[in-house]
Amino acid sequence: MTTHPATPAPDEGAQVQLDPQALEAVIAAPGERFRHDYLEVRGLRVEFDGFVAVDGVDLTVTQGDLRFLIGPNGAGKTTIVDAITGLARCSGSVQFGRVELVGKPAHQIVRAGVGRTFQTASVFDELSVLQNLDIAAGSRRGLPTLLRRRRSVPEEVEQALETIGLTALADSPAGVLAHGQKQWLEIGMLLVQDAHLLLLDEPVAGMSHAEREQTGLLLQRIGEQRTVVVVEHDMEFLRTFASSVTVLHQGRVLSEGTVAQVQADPKVVEVYLGRGAGARGSATEVE
Amino acid sequence: MDALVSQLFAGLSLGSVLLLAALGLALTFGQMGVINMAHGEFMMAGAYTAFVVQKVVADAGVSLLVSLVIGFLVGGLLGLLLEVTLISRMYHRPLDTLLVTFGVALVLQQLARDVFGAPNVDVRAPAWLSGAVQVLGVGVPRTRLFILALAVLAVVAMALALKLTPLGRRIRATVANRDLAETAGISTRATDRLTFFLGSGVAGVAGVALTLLGSIGPTLGTAYIVDAFLVVVVGGIGQLKGAVIAAFGLGLLQAGIEYSSTASIAKVLVFVIIVAFLQVRPQGLVAVRTRSLA
Amino acid sequence: MSALWSNERARLLVGIGAAGLLLFVVAPNVLSDFRLNLLAKFICLAMVAVGIGLAWGRGGMLTLGQGVFFGLGGYLMAMHLKLADAGPDGVPDFMLLYGDGTVPAWWEPMRSPVVTILAILLLPAGLAALLGLAVFKRRVRGAYFAILSQALAAAFVILLIGQQKVTGGTNGLNGFRSFFGFSLADPVNKEMLYYIAAGTLLVMVLTVRLIMRSRYGELLVAVRDQENRVRFLGYDPALVKVLAYTVAALFAAIGGALFAPVVGIISPADVGVVPSIAFLVGVAIGGRATLLGPVIGSLAVSWAETSLSERFPSFWTYFLGGLFILVVAFLPDGLATVGRLRLGRRSSSDEPAGPDTSDEPAPADDEHDEATATAGRTA
Repeated sequence: MTTHPATPAPDEGAQVQLDPQALEAVIAAPGERFRHDYLEVRGLRVEFDGFVAVDGVDLTVTQGDLRFLIGPNGAGKTTIVDAITGLARCSGSVQFGRVELVGKPAHQIVRAGVGRTFQTASVFDELSVLQNLDIAAGSRRGLPTLLRRRRSVPEEVEQALETIGLTALADSPAGVLAHGQKQWLEIGMLLVQDAHLLLLDEPVAGMSHAEREQTGLLLQRIGEQRTVVVVEHDMEFLRTFASSVTVLHQGRVLSEGTVAQVQADPKVVEVYLGRGAGARGSATEVE
Repeated sequence: MDALVSQLFAGLSLGSVLLLAALGLALTFGQMGVINMAHGEFMMAGAYTAFVVQKVVADAGVSLLVSLVIGFLVGGLLGLLLEVTLISRMYHRPLDTLLVTFGVALVLQQLARDVFGAPNVDVRAPAWLSGAVQVLGVGVPRTRLFILALAVLAVVAMALALKLTPLGRRIRATVANRDLAETAGISTRATDRLTFFLGSGVAGVAGVALTLLGSIGPTLGTAYIVDAFLVVVVGGIGQLKGAVIAAFGLGLLQAGIEYSSTASIAKVLVFVIIVAFLQVRPQGLVAVRTRSLA
Repeated sequence: MSALWSNERARLLVGIGAAGLLLFVVAPNVLSDFRLNLLAKFICLAMVAVGIGLAWGRGGMLTLGQGVFFGLGGYLMAMHLKLADAGPDGVPDFMLLYGDGTVPAWWEPMRSPVVTILAILLLPAGLAALLGLAVFKRRVRGAYFAILSQALAAAFVILLIGQQKVTGGTNGLNGFRSFFGFSLADPVNKEMLYYIAAGTLLVMVLTVRLIMRSRYGELLVAVRDQENRVRFLGYDPALVKVLAYTVAALFAAIGGALFAPVVGIISPADVGVVPSIAFLVGVAIGGRATLLGPVIGSLAVSWAETSLSERFPSFWTYFLGGLFILVVAFLPDGLATVGRLRLGRRSSSDEPAGPDTSDEPAPADDEHDEATATAGRTA
């Protein structure tokens, strides 16, 4: 378990750049966005050349839930995210807002309101922060709009910039951003692409303590209005922010419930016994 | 019946030439991701090696066998030189290797033109390869059978080398996971060099074999390079098995269509069929599925 | 913002003015008829380069088969010129020579100038769109795409040579006497051709500038650098690529269509595997991802080839090969970036290396300037 570094308050203040107030303007503006969407996964199975990575997983995540997926390396956490978003071929059923996602091409799954981030922050390094967000916001733009220049910054992009604290760096190429900033940019891209189901793969890896705190609060705010699933190794982060947890082990659901329930589950204790799950957090997963 | 058998052999023969040309590429492109446009010129170098060796060794039979060995070395050393000087800097931008090696190909062609002259030259085939053998009632030139045998031999040798020798294991480990292989104590640099040497050496052998089919010139390689790359693409990355099936498949297809139309129409149809095939199997015949995003 | 806008606008106007002055006033007055015609030929080749700059430099599609689209444009135009020379219901000379003296049915539509121009604008672009959809939808990309496009060029040339009766074979189509009613023997009409070519090139460069600065242009770069990431933002990268590829094909076709009357011949030697790669030389040397790099690089290479290869044919090949090797291996962004190397080094060393640097607040102003400099370089 990580220990709190004794950070003096003013310093902390200097680092904090996120602006959750601006979030409301991005995700809650039009009233029709208050839909009661939920993610329903049934009998999900993923196989790689004979190796079963995910085996009959059921998962239900409702709006307002901030669900964490945890488990030892190879438990199938990232693979589940891959399967939901169309990156890995799978069988079974994945529904979001009653729309079946299995079998759809990746970009159409996104258009059904599903957004994700990747373990290694993937932003477009050569494009500016603003351009990154603008592209994320624009998948529904028609060709005539695409073929014109951007004359002004779209409202939601402006708000997202403030939310993720990158307004001052809007014109910098994303490649020069610090690691944590890139991950915030990814979250910002999820916000402007109007994702209602957000799948975040290790969103706080490599962040400082203060940055984690900020990110967690931001995710909680988002989780109030969207469906959020977080894959994370950091146990302290999980304890602080998770509203519910699903523990995976060898491609199956081992346990599910609140943090306290899961921690008390003897099966979970057995799997994690002596392993020091928190310490494993630093080990990177198989790519 | 005779016509069918004769087309079948034409296809197999074309397939074996394609296979010889593509085998080295299956290593350098398939395993290492390097698009070596100079591969055809390494074949050309092998062919001219046979031409030079014959000037020294009078007996056509002996000179052919000697040429196969020296051709392998000439091709291999050229490849090694290319890897050390240029390719090694460019593993992170595979598409650019294509352009750089195209430049190398231009230079090598011109070099051949300046040294040996622009007109084509001939290499005598040994007496024991002249004439034809009757197979299933059809006369098949001995040279064609020789090349078929050579191609099969080369594939078997390479497959065994990859499977059984320490070098082969190192190559496969490096291809599977470069970083891990390095951590496991494998010098990936040395492995890259050896792989390139081997792949280019096979090109040299292919070039020697081509001297049996006709006269040779500085642009010999350009005639084969495109088809050879197509074989690797259709076969699937990193798979010898795929390259073998693709080479003979394309050879038979070409010969089959040629039979009912013309060579040029056949060529275009084969291209259309390849594009259609890639619709069904974009990763080629033999694909390895992975998890990576890239 | 408005100051920047007007500044940019001013730069654009100055650029157009300078290019117009050079192409339309200086060149025709300084160069002899022969040299001006040569320049017209270079300009036709540069049109292909402009398209390649878009598809390859901005879109990451290494297209080794632009000769096909260049050739289609050229042959379509040549068919019309041959038919026009032969007169109404006439038969082109080479068909009398090699064939049975009848015009094949698919040649007939090219008697009409309107159909010919439409065909030049639609057929190659349509083929590129179809082919692009077929391969990009199936995520065939990178080296695979390069090899396929090269194979297309190879197949095209074999078809041209094999069908001598209707394509003129290795000789191609040549000996055009008139261009839409204007005699090609008259130097004035040759000069008109030059003006058409120069004007077209200018329009193409401006079109690419527009595309590069549009939202689509940003999206194209995003697809080039991280195709899958774009997919997970809800776009179909295949469609993004198809558009750039189609535009490149269209430019190549127009280049070919003007090349035929300017040079007086279009033959397999102009469109095969080797010329298709040769189109890339100028683009690589000039700077593949820049706006003007491909044009200037292509013009420079054409000029160098003509002046060097006449006197030292063998030296020229070594020079070309060597240039290719040096530029691509050591200056991947082309010669356009040589002057900016110093700046590039500075900005890359300033790049935050990892999460550690995020703990100290960066001096925002400094970072901003640096970043705009970098952005300006890539734009």
